[in-house]
Amino acid sequence: MCTLAHVFEGLGFATVVLASIREQAERMFAPRTLFCDFPLGRPLGRPSDPVFQTRVLEAGLALVDRESGPVFVDYPEVLADEGSEQISCALPPRFNPAELAAVDEAAAIRGAYERTAASNGGRTNFGRVLTLDQVPEAFRALDRIASGTPWKEAGLPGDPAQLSIDLRTYYCEAAVSLPGSTVDPTRSGWALERWFLERTEGGKLLMRARESMKEAGASFAVWFYMAPLDQTTPAAPAN
Amino acid sequence: MSDADIKRAVAAIPVPEFTEHFFVRPPKLSDCTVAIVTTAGLHHHGEEAFTARDTSYRMLDGARTDIRMGHWSPNFDRVGFSNDYNVVYPIDRLRELADAGVIARVAPRHVSFTGNQDETMTALRHDSGPAAADELRRDGVDVIVLTPV
Repeated sequence: MCTLAHVFEGLGFATVVLASIREQAERMFAPRTLFCDFPLGRPLGRPSDPVFQTRVLEAGLALVDRESGPVFVDYPEVLADEGSEQISCALPPRFNPAELAAVDEAAAIRGAYERTAASNGGRTNFGRVLTLDQVPEAFRALDRIASGTPWKEAGLPGDPAQLSIDLRTYYCEAAVSLPGSTVDPTRSGWALERWFLERTEGGKLLMRARESMKEAGASFAVWFYMAPLDQTTPAAPAN
Repeated sequence: MSDADIKRAVAAIPVPEFTEHFFVRPPKLSDCTVAIVTTAGLHHHGEEAFTARDTSYRMLDGARTDIRMGHWSPNFDRVGFSNDYNVVYPIDRLRELADAGVIARVAPRHVSFTGNQDETMTALRHDSGPAAADELRRDGVDVIVLTPV
């Protein structure tokens, strides 16, 4: 981000960076930086809060009037996630006990996923490599990997990293509309990610498959990006 | 797992060094055309998706709302963007500022790159960055707001 600020400024544009990681931004000396201590993925702070977003944007644009730089300013409001927030989001009971738990679970929350997409005007971030009908196929392939099948032979319907983002998105968007859900997508971000990876059958299966791929010697770039980086101690890439 | 953990883990990663530092003095803000440049890997439906470490860019039509996030990193929250794309791509907020006279106008097109690049960022610095700048220059852009994810 700050690199592009240098590039564009050098080509005659006035730039303002809304930076999210202080230690990186401070070392980059971009012409104008507004450091916003907000969760990664939310540089304007709060979704569906136009007043908050406008305050941030105006604070950034105000730096355009400075006479010299580089300028580094802290935005005064902080939105922190230290990992303590938990969400209340009950999963449906098993419908078909004979089915793989993650497949059964994913089928049960499909309606909730579709309600969230509808409430977002049809917009969804699911669908990078999977269709909704391929979600069961993806979990079955992950189950085969977790059981020892080499990942290239397991029938994954897409790149592992991309597919993992799709599954995570499917669950997190569904969680918003599960019956009795208290999830507020404008405030809960990482709490939803924690819920998916730690409490759902789908998330736990994804992590078991990732661990199996790592232990089987899969390329670092293949298994590592299937989950946030703090979900394991990164080992040196084997190749 | 938390946002704070992720930030701590990436805080010390190498960053490019710049020997020349530019500082442009644009016209007063109320006379400026403003564009958004993001590294969120945004693109419109039907467009070629970003690949991992993709150094290319996509032009975003400011009139279109079919915006998808194609960034490859698992290390940030996507739920907020699903709920409201303005939290990454504040196009509606810019329009409101133009209506209020804070800025002169919103650029008709905006730019998206994708983050998670190699540490030198050579292609962005010398190829795709300048190419995107040419596009924004044709649209009369004065000021760029840069947003990461």
